[in-house]
Amino acid sequence: MNPVPSGLPGEASHEKVIELDAVCKNYGRFRALDGIDLDVRRGERIIICGPSGSGKSTLIRCINRIETHDEGRIIVNGQILTEQLKDIATVRRDVGMVFQSFNLFPHLTILENCMLAPVQARGITKAEAREIAMHFLSKVHIPDQVHKYPGQLSGGQQQRVAIARALCMKPQIMLFDEPTSALDPEMVKEVLDTMVQLAAEGMTMLCVTHEMGFAREVADRVVFMDKGTVVECAAPSTFFTAPQSERAQDFLNQIIH
Amino acid sequence: MFGVLFERGFDGRTYLEWLLSGLGWTLALAVFGWCFAFAIGITVGVGRTVRNRFVRAVARLYVEVFRNIPVLVQMFVWYFVLPELLPPDIGNRIKQLPPPWGAFFPALICLSTYTGARVAEQVRTGIEALPAGQREAAAALGLNGVKIYRLVLVPQALRLIIPSLTSEVMGIYKNTSVALTIGLLELTAQARQISEETFQTFAAFGAATLIYLGLALAAYRLMSWLDEAFRIPGMTHDRIRRIRLRRPARESTP
Amino acid sequence: MNGLDFGIVYESLPYLMQGLRFSLLLTVCAFATGMALGIGLALVQHLEIPVAAQLARGYVALIRSVPLILVLFWFFFLVPLVVGALVNGGRPVPIGGVWTAFITFSMFEAAYYSEIIRVGLRSLGRGQYEAAKALSLSTYKTYRYVILPQVVRIASPIILSQTIILFQDTSLVYVLSLTDLVGAASKIAQLNGRLVEMYLTVAAIYLAICCAASQLVAWLRRSHQAAINR
Repeated sequence: MNPVPSGLPGEASHEKVIELDAVCKNYGRFRALDGIDLDVRRGERIIICGPSGSGKSTLIRCINRIETHDEGRIIVNGQILTEQLKDIATVRRDVGMVFQSFNLFPHLTILENCMLAPVQARGITKAEAREIAMHFLSKVHIPDQVHKYPGQLSGGQQQRVAIARALCMKPQIMLFDEPTSALDPEMVKEVLDTMVQLAAEGMTMLCVTHEMGFAREVADRVVFMDKGTVVECAAPSTFFTAPQSERAQDFLNQIIH
Repeated sequence: MFGVLFERGFDGRTYLEWLLSGLGWTLALAVFGWCFAFAIGITVGVGRTVRNRFVRAVARLYVEVFRNIPVLVQMFVWYFVLPELLPPDIGNRIKQLPPPWGAFFPALICLSTYTGARVAEQVRTGIEALPAGQREAAAALGLNGVKIYRLVLVPQALRLIIPSLTSEVMGIYKNTSVALTIGLLELTAQARQISEETFQTFAAFGAATLIYLGLALAAYRLMSWLDEAFRIPGMTHDRIRRIRLRRPARESTP
Repeated sequence: MNGLDFGIVYESLPYLMQGLRFSLLLTVCAFATGMALGIGLALVQHLEIPVAAQLARGYVALIRSVPLILVLFWFFFLVPLVVGALVNGGRPVPIGGVWTAFITFSMFEAAYYSEIIRVGLRSLGRGQYEAAKALSLSTYKTYRYVILPQVVRIASPIILSQTIILFQDTSLVYVLSLTDLVGAASKIAQLNGRLVEMYLTVAAIYLAICCAASQLVAWLRRSHQAAINR
């Protein structure tokens, strides 16, 4: 096991924005996370992969405390995530999250979806929020459908809106939980393109995905998980060409074939 | 058949006026009672779904108590028992309220709290039927607990439960008739009084029945209109039905 | 108010229990008859039997729109006339509050049970009917052995919660001055003036019975859910 990050390429700074230290999480008797150590630096793009049930989603859901961890320490943006933390919402405002099932609010229009949190959680004016929302919606190429409701859009469009919605909070970190797994194959690319663009702008990203082409293109590091532990953590060039562990080799064989 | 309604009763008013004044009290009870019940229902229903154990227990206690005692008995408790349990000076002042207010207020409290408990269960059902992702996404965006409920969960839950709220609306206007047991001259009481005065039972009960039918129709129309007006574009009937079916709502009161 | 005295309640407990027995008896009878009639009303609508289906629909809509108390008044007035017309050459036969209560509650609950059964019938997939037809079962046997057992099973939690409501509603026979649980309590309360204790006791008895019953319903629903998820 090699949880210590190897040499970091290019843009990432040395400032740690996420630190995980021996993090454990149990669901009853099942140990979903079993001693995870992981540091993420500002601007770093990390792809997390692994077989289903390996704890990938649980891991990133612990980072914005949608799930609570049982042992160990998680520090996000300098804030330690504990029961004592009075206002978890302040941490979450700086951490955007994109879900597998989009989770847009079906009773709000696209524009309202994007304006809701900036107005209600950040407290900025509606006019300002609208401007920001329109900016990010045009960035994900949805500017002319902003008055429609989520149910009227395709899956790919909904996921792009979900990305824009998260970006409207001007987060410092973006978490992606299998953002393309619920999409029809022809819509995967439009979502991945949006994410590539985001990566190119220097966003700190943690992404659970099985899209290995995407991983190769944007990742600074690939984290391979199995049974709640980090089995390998390496630059994509190393991980894809010469995986160290047998489990990673098996996994890559299955994914590729 | 309804000719008798235009005759005058002992107070010089026509029997039709008796019926209409009864209808007035029925409507007043139903409309104000519904407003309170709706507010109670949302508060308690939300309380049943929050993480705080104490709040959940209190909300549950409320629902169990108010749902599991017959309306008639609750009516008696508010009307006969409460003034006796309060300090004498307050109790006496309540007992000296001039009619019809002395009966109206207990009836209003009774119907509001009873219907509130039933609405609370519907609201809880609605919230629990929503996909967990809605709450997670709202939390992930940094909304606090109150805003998650106010802006995301409750608006969706209410849309889901409009059909079952329809039967609660019908329930409250029918339950207004229980107020006659504590002496409020609402529609059914007036019908009975006319029947006793004139022996024209068919006409008296028939007219009241027709009015109740009209009310039922109006309530039904109003609720289907609401269901349509608040329908979310792009939400197909099929999808709504699937979410609604996930937790079958409890059948409503007669 | 000179202090609560529940000793009075203890003395009158036998009388209260008599009242409770009547409430329960009325509930059970109205449940049995109401279910039988309700299934009939639902089937008539489900099978779209001409005229009868429309009549059933009208009856259910009418009963569900009118308060139970008014229905009680109607039946108290009408049943003697109907019975008189049938057996007494048109002269009304006074039948008393007890019979009125049994008849009214049966007929009233039938409308509510029929709605539950009707929704249950609709929720059953077409495959069941087709399979029964493929086995060349008659319509009667299809419903008797295939459809209705399933519907009653699916709807049993709702049927039971409706029956809890029915039990609560039997208290309304108070307006016919019958001696059910509430009636018994109010009669004693009028004699000894202890209405606070009497009504609180009655409330507690109803609360205990209905809470226990709704726990049962919740348990049923959970086990159903488990059976569906399996």
